[in-house]
Amino acid sequence: MNKLHLIGALAVLALLLAVPPLLKNYGVYLFTTWLVFVIATMGLNLTVGYAGQKSLGHAAFFGIGAYTVAILMKAGFSWWLGLPAAALICFACGLALGFPALRVQTIYLAFATLGFNTAVWLVMRNEEWLTGGTFGINEIARPVLFGAKLDGALPYCYFVLAVALLLGALLFGLLRSPWGKAFTALRDNPIRAESLGVNIQAYTLLSFAIGAVYAGVAGALFASLVQFIEPAPFTVGASIMMYLMVVVGGPGYFFGPLLGSAVGVLLPEWLRFAQAWYLFVFGAAVVLLMLWLPDGLLSIPDRLRARRQAREASAARSAAAAKLGA
Amino acid sequence: MTQALLEVKGLKKAYGAIQAVGGVNFEVRPGEIFGVIGPNGSGKTTMFNAVLGQITPDAGQILLKGRDITGLSPLQLSQRGVGRTFQTLQVFGKMTVRDNLIVAAQEHRGNLFSRMFAPGDSGLGAQADALIDQFRIAHVAHKKAGELSYGQQKLVDIAMAFMSEPDLVLLDEPCAGVNPSLVGGISTLLKALNRSRGGSFVVIEHNMDFVMDLCHRILVMVEGQVMAIGTPAEIRANKQVLDAYLGS
Repeated sequence: MNKLHLIGALAVLALLLAVPPLLKNYGVYLFTTWLVFVIATMGLNLTVGYAGQKSLGHAAFFGIGAYTVAILMKAGFSWWLGLPAAALICFACGLALGFPALRVQTIYLAFATLGFNTAVWLVMRNEEWLTGGTFGINEIARPVLFGAKLDGALPYCYFVLAVALLLGALLFGLLRSPWGKAFTALRDNPIRAESLGVNIQAYTLLSFAIGAVYAGVAGALFASLVQFIEPAPFTVGASIMMYLMVVVGGPGYFFGPLLGSAVGVLLPEWLRFAQAWYLFVFGAAVVLLMLWLPDGLLSIPDRLRARRQAREASAARSAAAAKLGA
Repeated sequence: MTQALLEVKGLKKAYGAIQAVGGVNFEVRPGEIFGVIGPNGSGKTTMFNAVLGQITPDAGQILLKGRDITGLSPLQLSQRGVGRTFQTLQVFGKMTVRDNLIVAAQEHRGNLFSRMFAPGDSGLGAQADALIDQFRIAHVAHKKAGELSYGQQKLVDIAMAFMSEPDLVLLDEPCAGVNPSLVGGISTLLKALNRSRGGSFVVIEHNMDFVMDLCHRILVMVEGQVMAIGTPAEIRANKQVLDAYLGS
């Protein structure tokens, strides 16, 4: 990380800390929701953006995390037991979902993960004895941290922000380690990677499992944020929306989820002025964005750099040609 | 007598009715640069892929330092000290040249979980820099590999195969698509690596001048069979080879 990156990261951190008190209650709620989706999509960015796997089942892990916390709290356990339980269950489920990726790729893998999401969603909807079915589970309490209740919108927002920063730092460290290079090698060229000794099966499974843990933790935070869960937020549609967030932000860019989640969570709110047309405007904005920036918003600096280099190379060629002609 | 590094015994592979490789036998000695030539469709690539675990042979045995490696996966072969390059460019385009070299060897250090806590360069930075210098690509070391010219990427591609210091490196057409001015450079590099590292290389190549200049011994394959094995001088003098392949 160079000095410029460090200054940028500190500026973003200062902004994240400064913004919540300036917002009204609904604004804080939206800000917290955005942070929850940042955490979830950080995990999906690892699976999709860094490791190159196609996953349309991320909302299932999000739901498993939410329901794990809700069910355990309903049974009288602490939120702090529910959180690691959610992470562990998601890790195990993520590993299991990774196995199809060892056999199939691209659109076929996407459909396999989509099937997983549908199956999990059906369990959430139909197994009333466990999940409450379509009635869901309500009165999910927020955690207590060192004796301090996080019931208020602002304290809970800062708590989610702290978790997001911690998970972001962990992911940053992981991506800087040899694992990060191995994930990228797996994405860019699995055949070459394997010939160099990269255990592509292990890294494929790990990319799903770690991505699932992030979704599970986000789900646990989401359950306590909304304090009522039912199957609707965990459909295949939600998985597609999370995938969209990763793609719009820039798959394989560390800060992509910040922008992508803003587009997915905040943009629809900002488009409310369009009333009944807001979905159309949102859809059109996403289509235009994908046409203009297929590698996501964070690819803008790379594109500008590539354009500058092409201009410089062209100028150098012209100068050389002129010299030869003279 | 020194034990052969690689022994291929009675290797066969058929695709339907076509016998791509029909009972090939040869051995590669330690420190040897061994060339494989033959016209298109002679079974070179099939033989190569069978040795490298990309396909399973129908019959035969492949031994590395006397140990059976037949049917092992590319991953297992890499772990046993077999490196390779591919016919087409296979660099990691979004990584820098230096990172390409580091990732080419990092998995040979420690285990999966120790690597999670290892430094980003896995302690391979100096080794990568030395290889980068040897391949004369220091000026592009921090550029993304995908942004380099074809020739530069080819050099990165070849350097990656040597980064983990394998005992045996199989190079599939290292001169394919390379500017003729670079062909001599690749030959010089491979000779220097062979001298300094002492490993054995197997080279498939259509460029006859390159093969004759580089290799200690050459195997000629025609229609899935070994037509001849010998030194470049012997191959040049072999009338059967001249008639069947070289043509003049």
